[in-house]
Amino acid sequence: MKRVRVKITGIVQGVGFRPFVYRVAHSLGLTGWVRNDPSGVIVEAQGDDGFLERLAITLQHEAPPLAVIGALTQEFLPLLEGESDFRILASAHGAATAEIAPDTDICEDCLAELFDPANRRFRYPFITCTNCGPRYSIITGLPYDRLLTTMAPFALCPDCRTEYEDPRDRRFHAQPLACPACGPSLGLFDAKGRPVPGDPLEAAIGLLREGRIVAVKGVGGYHLAVAACSSEAVQELRRRKRRQSKPFAVMFRDVAAAGEAAKVDALEERLLTGPERPIVLLAKRESAIALEVAPDSNYLGVMLPSSPLHHLLLNDFGAPLVMTSGNRSSEPVAFADDQAFVNLADIADYFLTNDRPIRTRVDDSVIMVFHGNPLFLRRSRGYAPRAVQLAEPQPSILAVGAELKGACCLTRGSQAFLSQHIGDLQNIETLQSLADTVDHLKQLLEVAPVAVAHDLHPDYLSTRFAQEQPDVMLVAVQHHHAHMAACMAENRLTDKVIGVVFDGTGYGVDGTIWGGEFLVGDYADFRRMGSFRQVLLPGGDAAVNEPYRMAVSWLYDTLGADAFSLPADRFPFLHTPELPLLRQMIERRINAPRTSSCGRLFDAVSALIGVRSTVSYEGQAAIELEAIAEGAAHDRGYPWQIAKIDGRLEIDWRPLFAALLDDIAAGVSPREMAASFHGTVAAASVEMCRCLRQETGVEDVVLSGGVFQNRLLTENLCLLLKENGFKVFSHRLVPPNDGGLALGQAVIAGRNATFPQSLR
Amino acid sequence: MNDDLILLGHGSGGKLSHQLLDELIIPNLSGVPVAGQNDAALLNIGGVKLAFTTDSYVVDPIFFPGGNIGDLAVNGTVNDLAMMGARPLCLSVGFILEEGFLKSELARIVTSMREAADAAGVAIVTGDTKVVPRGKGDRIFINTSGIGALEHNLAINGAAACVGDKVIVNGCIGDHGIAVLSAREGLEIDSGIKSDSAPLNGLVAELLPLGEALHVLRDPTRGGVATTLKEIALQSGVTVKLSEESLPINPGVKGVCSILGLDPLYVANEGKLLALVAPERAEEALAIMRRHPLGKDAAVIGEVTEASAGRVVMETTVGGVRGVEMLAGEQLPRIC
Ligand SMILES: [Fe+3]
Ligand SMILES: [Mg+2]
Ligand SMILES: [Zn+2]
Ligand SMILES: [Zn+2]
Repeated sequence: MKRVRVKITGIVQGVGFRPFVYRVAHSLGLTGWVRNDPSGVIVEAQGDDGFLERLAITLQHEAPPLAVIGALTQEFLPLLEGESDFRILASAHGAATAEIAPDTDICEDCLAELFDPANRRFRYPFITCTNCGPRYSIITGLPYDRLLTTMAPFALCPDCRTEYEDPRDRRFHAQPLACPACGPSLGLFDAKGRPVPGDPLEAAIGLLREGRIVAVKGVGGYHLAVAACSSEAVQELRRRKRRQSKPFAVMFRDVAAAGEAAKVDALEERLLTGPERPIVLLAKRESAIALEVAPDSNYLGVMLPSSPLHHLLLNDFGAPLVMTSGNRSSEPVAFADDQAFVNLADIADYFLTNDRPIRTRVDDSVIMVFHGNPLFLRRSRGYAPRAVQLAEPQPSILAVGAELKGACCLTRGSQAFLSQHIGDLQNIETLQSLADTVDHLKQLLEVAPVAVAHDLHPDYLSTRFAQEQPDVMLVAVQHHHAHMAACMAENRLTDKVIGVVFDGTGYGVDGTIWGGEFLVGDYADFRRMGSFRQVLLPGGDAAVNEPYRMAVSWLYDTLGADAFSLPADRFPFLHTPELPLLRQMIERRINAPRTSSCGRLFDAVSALIGVRSTVSYEGQAAIELEAIAEGAAHDRGYPWQIAKIDGRLEIDWRPLFAALLDDIAAGVSPREMAASFHGTVAAASVEMCRCLRQETGVEDVVLSGGVFQNRLLTENLCLLLKENGFKVFSHRLVPPNDGGLALGQAVIAGRNATFPQSLR
Repeated sequence: MNDDLILLGHGSGGKLSHQLLDELIIPNLSGVPVAGQNDAALLNIGGVKLAFTTDSYVVDPIFFPGGNIGDLAVNGTVNDLAMMGARPLCLSVGFILEEGFLKSELARIVTSMREAADAAGVAIVTGDTKVVPRGKGDRIFINTSGIGALEHNLAINGAAACVGDKVIVNGCIGDHGIAVLSAREGLEIDSGIKSDSAPLNGLVAELLPLGEALHVLRDPTRGGVATTLKEIALQSGVTVKLSEESLPINPGVKGVCSILGLDPLYVANEGKLLALVAPERAEEALAIMRRHPLGKDAAVIGEVTEASAGRVVMETTVGGVRGVEMLAGEQLPRIC
């Protein structure tokens, strides 16, 4: 027997590390405890020598995918007599800091019981224990207690009570504990809300086999389920959901099944099988999955069951299911039952529901892996509302995020709690859920923010929301500064950095629309030292739906009026009925604000080389441009220019467009042009960083903004930056897109707001 | 940006305009409470109830399909009086002319003012003309002020909307703004879009017999239907719910707006009114409008759903309900 104290530093808080240590210790039969500490995580464990060694190895090699282990030190301690279990202790720092656990899939013990005919919870869809199950989605208040969850109406039966009160039982004080005798149950209804006779699950399986669309109530909201291998069923779902081509996610029963439809590497497998159960974007394989599930995409959004109900569903159905969010386009996912029946009445044929209410809507998280690192596209169920550990404590701030990918952030001490994905605030229900989430988090975290941080955009609904908050200081934060700060914050950087921020659009301090930015600064301040050359954005947001507008804009910038006489056979988008008016908009600057957007540059090239000129979902043109470029050689290296304009360096892409026109004329394949374009953006960006380093001496670079969801660009850029001696930091804990913006806003406001001493 | 500067947005009729009024002009000038802002002031002079209003016209170009700055200056002020339920009686007119402006053009403008005044049944009774040096003005600016008689005891105003009220518009929206924009920029569109510039006092006179059921009348000029409804919602403390499907919009205007990336809800009108009418008389109000030449395309576009801090929402054609807000200034891109 030995007792050891292990100290782990790095990014080990807010990533599910303590539950992970708990599971490992539990499986190795060790006693002791784990707790957070200002410098990381401390584990004390006692057990046989061999097991202790395995503990150290496991901690390093099987850590949660989001964790980054800095250092791991061990020291031996005297044995502790009479210790009988392994526990997660409250944090050592700060006052009583209640924490809200995210929702997780059931643990292996519960899963084994679920399929054990001898167990009294055999096939019970609400099985759970202290180690697993719903949390954030059902918590109505703190302290975490059954009466403050949506399980409150379900009184424990004598058997469950015995487990609940037995300290040796896995279900000791398991708040959502339930069994068939006392807990929630399933119900199956038709679209008119009439109950369907028979066993709800069995009947639902039968309906799915017939190709019907079934709305399934999961942990944080409803999904729409159809057989993923049935083209007709998937097409019908697309028709009813009015969703032309944006890919659907697919749920598989296990990794082996997922592996038949997509390539799964080791990290991807850990993400898929982890308790958080996100959707992981995987490289597609040829499989039985209907083509209509993810047309024109090299990737498939894959997830594994995230609740006992899903385990049963996938087990019984025996084949993968499309599980797409249960909403009409532009609406948030339905989570309240009555609302689901109204909102999904025209889409779902049947509703597989239950009587356990969902307190907080929590959408599926979406994640992808590249370069051996996870990257969030959407951070929600399983991860929210875990805290990002900040480098320093700060006054409590509420940050309200952006608009289309709404998410808010509340800070307490040195922790920043980024909310679940809230969605497009233009929708009134979504805007209400922002207000609700803010209130709920304030109540749960017991903090009263001293300031509200919002975007500089005067018309973002989040800005309006902030302005309506009573009696609180407002801090307006520039969009790209917030992106940069979000990336700094999660990497715990405090010194000056070069922020390479590439996104669609954001409101600049000069009133123009930014989006391809090179900022130098820190949380307190920044200078916009470099940017892309500005062109016109004809029609504002209308250009987002019609990427060809940006091609026209760049061609006009490059060639002037000659752009309009390019031949119709090669450039059909220059010869549409709308074009004369579009041309006038550009020539006369009618509703055509100037923008340095990087996202719109990708749109322009996508349309120009014939990949996509109009889109049916946001980002489609750039996504497909990346898709065709993948794996292609990119040695064409297009030209560009960097010039100093008004004291700022500008990357001028006109030479690139001229070269693309030559290549199009020479019949170069779109694939080759797309790949070379990605390489060119990376090369020019690195050159810009070199110029800025020379001027400022700063060599830490952070990459943020929605464009960095593009793997090809990010990979190219990271590689080149490292080759040039830069230290590169990217996102790992929060999305690079606007979903992570609130984190940056919160930290900037935390450093910049000057508060009366009493408020600190 | 320098906070001390007046921006173009301060004249857009949107949020910046309201800020300028509420924070700078009104507190320093008159102290009229914000909730009391209407299209015209109501006066009681020796027992005679009058409505009084003023407006300046700086439209560019001065001639456009469907009208010119002259008839606009008459109709705009007539309409502001009519929106209070007043019968417009007389107008004053002030011209500010730029040196070098053509007399022939001034004659055209004055003639159409005369015609517009005749059509509206008002007299132009006093006026003033100033000339500024070349470059100190833009050809011609016109100010008109008007007085109207209030011949009933109805309290038609922006704060009078009630839950249940139907929102009725007398025709297609956005024509004026798009006609002026097309003329100014010389847009190559042959959709026949013309300004809707017209005096609405005749139509209002037909609506007045609705009596107590007639709660609010407003002309959605600068800032369009969205901004005007938001003002009403704020003043009355209610939520107004629009239905996108029911908005009457000329196909030409719709097409041009979609290419220009403009939302017709925010585009100006000069011959339109929004009437908020108690639900039991709404059908009747609609019928009255449709019988009138200026209300052939009238439609119910929404209703007041509940008491609130002042919200406008719209049920969209793709499903879902979106918020409708006043813009700070120009329509700016928001998609990141
Ligand atoms: Fe952004
Ligand atoms: Mg007026
Ligand atoms: Zn469990
Ligand atoms: Zn029980």
